[in-house]
Amino acid sequence: MVLTIRNVTKRFPGQTAKTAVLRGVSLNLEGGRSLALTGESGSGKSTLLHLAGALDQFDSGEIEIDGTCLSGLSDSQRSALRRRDVSLVFQQFNLIPSLNISKNIALHARLGGGWDEGWVDRLADRLGLSGLLQRYPEQLSGGQQQRVAIARALAVRPKLLLADEPTGNLDETASAAVMELMLELVRESGTALFLVTHSEAIAGMLDQRLHLRHGMAA
Amino acid sequence: MKGAALLAILSHWRRHPLQLATLIAGLALAAGLWSAVQAINAEARASYARAAEQLGTAGLARLIPETGSIPIARYAELRRSGWRLAPVLEGVVSFDRQSFDIMGVDLLQHPQAPALAEAAEAESSTPLEALRPPGRIFAHSETAALLSEAQQTHPVTRLAALPRGIAMADLSLASQLLRRPDSLSYLLVLPEQTPGLAPLAELAPELTHLPARAAASDTGRLTDSFHLNLTAFGLLSFAVGLFIVQGTIALSLEQRRGMIRTLRSLGVPMRLLSGLFIAELAAIALAAGIAGLAGGYLVAAALLPGVNATLAGLYGASVDGSLSLRPGWVFSGLAMTLGGAFLAGAQSLFALWRLPILAAPATLARGQQASRSHMFSAFCGAASIAAGLIVLYFFQGLVAGFAFLGALMLGAALLLPLLISAGLSVGARMAKGALAEWLWADTRAQLPGMSLALMALLLALAANIGVGTMVSSFRLTFTGWLDQRLFAEVYVTATSDAQGAELAHWLEAQGITVLSRRYHDTRFKGAPLRVYGFEDDEAYRSNWPLLDASPDVWDQTASGKALLINEQLARRHKLAPGSILEIKPGWRLPVAGVYSDYGNPNGQAMVSLPALQKHVPSLPNRNFGLRADPQEITGLIKLIRQEFDFPRENITDQATVKTRSLAVFDRTFVITAALNLLTLGVAGFALLTSLLTLWSQRLPQLAPVWAMGVTRRQLAAAEVLRSLILAAGTAVLALPLGLVLAWVLLSVINVAAFGWKLPMYLFPLDWLRLFMLALLAAVIAAALPAWRLSRIDPADLLKVFANER
Amino acid sequence: MNANIILVASSLIWATAVQPQGYAGLGTDAEGFAIPKPDTRLTFPADHGLHSDFRIEWWYLTANLEGADGADYGIQWTLFRSALAPGEAAGWQSPQIWMAHAAVTTKDKHLFAERIARGGVGQAGVQTHPFSAWIDNWQMRSADETLEEISLSASGMEFSYDLNLMADGPLVLQGNAGYSVKSASGQASHYYSQPHYMVSGTLSLPDGPIDVTGHGWLDREWSSQPLAEDQSGWDWFSLSFDSGEKLMGFVLRGARGDFTSGTWISADGTAEPLAPGAFQAQPLNISDVQGREMPTHWHASVPDKGVSVEILALNPQSWMGTSFSYWEGPVAVIGSHSGKGYLEMTGYE
Repeated sequence: MVLTIRNVTKRFPGQTAKTAVLRGVSLNLEGGRSLALTGESGSGKSTLLHLAGALDQFDSGEIEIDGTCLSGLSDSQRSALRRRDVSLVFQQFNLIPSLNISKNIALHARLGGGWDEGWVDRLADRLGLSGLLQRYPEQLSGGQQQRVAIARALAVRPKLLLADEPTGNLDETASAAVMELMLELVRESGTALFLVTHSEAIAGMLDQRLHLRHGMAA
Repeated sequence: MKGAALLAILSHWRRHPLQLATLIAGLALAAGLWSAVQAINAEARASYARAAEQLGTAGLARLIPETGSIPIARYAELRRSGWRLAPVLEGVVSFDRQSFDIMGVDLLQHPQAPALAEAAEAESSTPLEALRPPGRIFAHSETAALLSEAQQTHPVTRLAALPRGIAMADLSLASQLLRRPDSLSYLLVLPEQTPGLAPLAELAPELTHLPARAAASDTGRLTDSFHLNLTAFGLLSFAVGLFIVQGTIALSLEQRRGMIRTLRSLGVPMRLLSGLFIAELAAIALAAGIAGLAGGYLVAAALLPGVNATLAGLYGASVDGSLSLRPGWVFSGLAMTLGGAFLAGAQSLFALWRLPILAAPATLARGQQASRSHMFSAFCGAASIAAGLIVLYFFQGLVAGFAFLGALMLGAALLLPLLISAGLSVGARMAKGALAEWLWADTRAQLPGMSLALMALLLALAANIGVGTMVSSFRLTFTGWLDQRLFAEVYVTATSDAQGAELAHWLEAQGITVLSRRYHDTRFKGAPLRVYGFEDDEAYRSNWPLLDASPDVWDQTASGKALLINEQLARRHKLAPGSILEIKPGWRLPVAGVYSDYGNPNGQAMVSLPALQKHVPSLPNRNFGLRADPQEITGLIKLIRQEFDFPRENITDQATVKTRSLAVFDRTFVITAALNLLTLGVAGFALLTSLLTLWSQRLPQLAPVWAMGVTRRQLAAAEVLRSLILAAGTAVLALPLGLVLAWVLLSVINVAAFGWKLPMYLFPLDWLRLFMLALLAAVIAAALPAWRLSRIDPADLLKVFANER
Repeated sequence: MNANIILVASSLIWATAVQPQGYAGLGTDAEGFAIPKPDTRLTFPADHGLHSDFRIEWWYLTANLEGADGADYGIQWTLFRSALAPGEAAGWQSPQIWMAHAAVTTKDKHLFAERIARGGVGQAGVQTHPFSAWIDNWQMRSADETLEEISLSASGMEFSYDLNLMADGPLVLQGNAGYSVKSASGQASHYYSQPHYMVSGTLSLPDGPIDVTGHGWLDREWSSQPLAEDQSGWDWFSLSFDSGEKLMGFVLRGARGDFTSGTWISADGTAEPLAPGAFQAQPLNISDVQGREMPTHWHASVPDKGVSVEILALNPQSWMGTSFSYWEGPVAVIGSHSGKGYLEMTGYE
């Protein structure tokens, strides 16, 4: 099991146990499989994703990534985990504007020490980025930027890929193309994909599905 | 509507108090240093003017002898032609062991006479007594105390209105004390003249007519260059301060774009909004200006003693009185602050005016756009430097020198972004590791936001290197020059001519080589000239610091067929070996050599003593240099003390003279060092504010990197490193700029200001120290943002990823 | 007869208000200075020059002039000498102080100027071969050592004059052969005059130059102690009658009574000292002059000579606002005798 979430609760400052953003959510996700997390705005989707990415702390329950329990990890241990085992793709792509595409793709992998040039080339090729490697993010279209973000995330060969509305800024055609590519690559690399979306169409493309309502699995 | 809109606009500051503080502090700093310098200048100028007024010479033109002095018969002739003139005889007289500047005036003619009479009567003496032996000396109470202590022959009247250090007396006494019964130093042209008189130029072609403004104050004229220097420093600080403010103003408007859009959609007209923003800026500028004035006042008060030391050291001018609030610099300070704030905010306000209602949030200039702007800025910089060079080539003097410096500094600042950016790409290419690569690239991306602060740092560092190199070179030259010039082992000053003669006689009987130093004070083309008579001695030939000389310079000079002049005189009047100089009417000698003479603002010449004695009888004979074996110095001094009744200070050995001279020199540049440090401090502050300004724009760039597993601590370290890289790059570029600056100061400004050119020496250790100082400033500036970053709540970073809906 | 103007004046050069203590400080004593003696006989041309052993001395010339325009004018040219110590020394050490006043008076204008100088340096002085008295560019000069024919010039901010004077009669020794007593207690001065000058020349006034002719009167006087302790000022008259006769008379106003004296000069120049009290003068009318009440209209009489005249100032505002200030101006004479003259009044505070 790559990702195990057991009865996790999370409260933001000012929230009570009843209004907590997450109230006992559990799920399991294996390598090579994908899970769609859906729910209304404010249902806690993004928060759960952040917790799964070791970006934020939860109040109770447990999260395991590839057998490592997140509770009790120090800041640097969590950072190390993010460097090696977890990748993220966001709606706004969040590329580094000062680095060219090639360096953007390589950045995360090199930070984590899992830099495999052949793999990165292949990824770029598959994502149709080979001709764009020397360009800068601002020179690319939204769809291209998102493909770069995906390449960057997968270049790490992460155990777990977290994606938050990855196609939210793309039109329908581009969105479908990006999703297909991502799912294909995830399957090939044995990565577990944990994806937040509000789109039924996209959710339908994934293996599993979890719907959140008021911080609980519906 | 107006009130509501204003409240909305102002609410921004409640949420960004640090920004407000930065804005006010930056403006206040700029205004503060500027007004401090202005306050000092105003105080000094007022002090000179006061001195001129107290001496009764304010607003009066003068007749000045081209050479020598004015015979009293000539004075009488001019009076008999109808011109109302007041005679003045100046000189130095020694009482006991102290020297006093004597100003002899005809109490019947002098404009200041009524005040003197009143003072005399207050001491229950009749004014007429001052005209008769034993005469009466008038002096400021401090000087009067010294005078009363040093001599009892002549009663001294205290007169607070006189400048310190001047002893004023009727000519009957002054001419006696100065042993110049028949001559005058200059004539004041009194204000009321009967119409129809023949012009003075016809009546007295041999006298130079110095108009009131030029004559207003010798000191003022001499020290103008110093004040110009101070003003340049003040302007530099001001510019640096504006750099700080520009970024902050831009940011505060940038961050309020959303609000502006909203307000405009709600129907607030742009005209009103702009007006409100202008009013806001004016109010902030006014508050900052007042704070700056207060700060400037304190800085000026703290610096004034240093300024006094400098002026006393360089020009023998004294600035007395404490600092007072003068409308001049108060208003100029406020006006500069307001003007500066609007200058700094002009671009942002203009951009705001042009903002379409539904504009997208601005992004920092990046990539192509940034490098285009770097290129443009560099082009302007190169043009500015070229313009400066043209000015320097076609014009001369102090103002041209400063204009070149201004253009050079501005040009270099404008070139900086391009150069730094180039340096950063090189760094990025050489970087190993993903994090390092990111750091270099990110640093380069931040450059547009940092470049103004870096320019400020560049200017401050260059000014430090330039001025530091100038001062250190000067000091080194001065030290070497002292070694050459002070070749006698012991220096003795007799208390009277008779004692001097006795001393010389006795010393010769002891077999000691005595070099008497006798001089005659006169004027050349309206400016003071001291002519030294020297006795030919091997020591002069082997030691005297000649800069330029004709082949048999010493033989020619020693035989009385030629003279030597100091560098100041040579440069001022474009004299060189071979030029002819008229010392007195009818006494003309060719110049055989030019010698360096630092720390003396006036012209000087050297002729052989017999020749001087022939033309000027009854020279004072009190100063002697003695040659002695170094081991015998102590014994010799002791012996002279036993034999003659000298005050202790009248006998000094070479080492003491050198120590004292260097102490004076060092005091002279206290003010420069202080201003240097202040400018650097301002630049460091600029760095800090720009880092803080960039802070909110940084998070979107830092959050993804953090998400990729770079710890906040690493990010904080990167922040500091980034600041270090930029500061180091700037410091490296500041070095050549500073050296050019030093060269201009030594070879252009100094020549114009003081009349001497100095060789340039390099002081790499100083550069290293400054480099470290720049790095320290960078670390301090980055410390706060870095600390905040290391402590930031992950939730704040996560906000970056929040989906925009 | 301008007594010790000079010493007080030179104090006043200093612009501080020295209170004239009975016009004295001088009446006290004259340390080291020579004292006028009754048996001194004046000799010329030597006595035209300065007497540096005496404390004070003056060359005092006034003239009543008529312009080509028919208007009356008066001019004054005075050189005072005051010594801080007897004798002379070279250069700035000189104890001699010189002061000069010049004025031009018309019916409605009174223009004046002042010059001050020190002896020893050549700015001011008097020499006898040929005669010359000067301060700055003001001068009284003769071609020889006599005062028979002199030229006179002075200038101020608003006026200047250039005049030629020719003596039409002999010198007049005042008092007893030139020894003029100034008080009942015996203060005196040496005093002679040349009252017979025919004057011609040019005045330059703000309105332009004007040619003038008329009569001039020179007074020469030196002393060391001319006033008594109680005397506070004087009224002095020099009158030239159309008959050719002339009258000099003065009143020294004293706390212990006035002291009057004078000289009657007949048409041929013969001088006759008047007995004490023979000359009388009473104010008839008072004018406000610069805030002072001054008599600018007088009645004067010398009963022995049948003189009973009224004396009227040409310009009542003839105030000399110099370092030492006083009233000095031309007058017209009507009554038993008619003529013109000059009036000087001091000590009105």
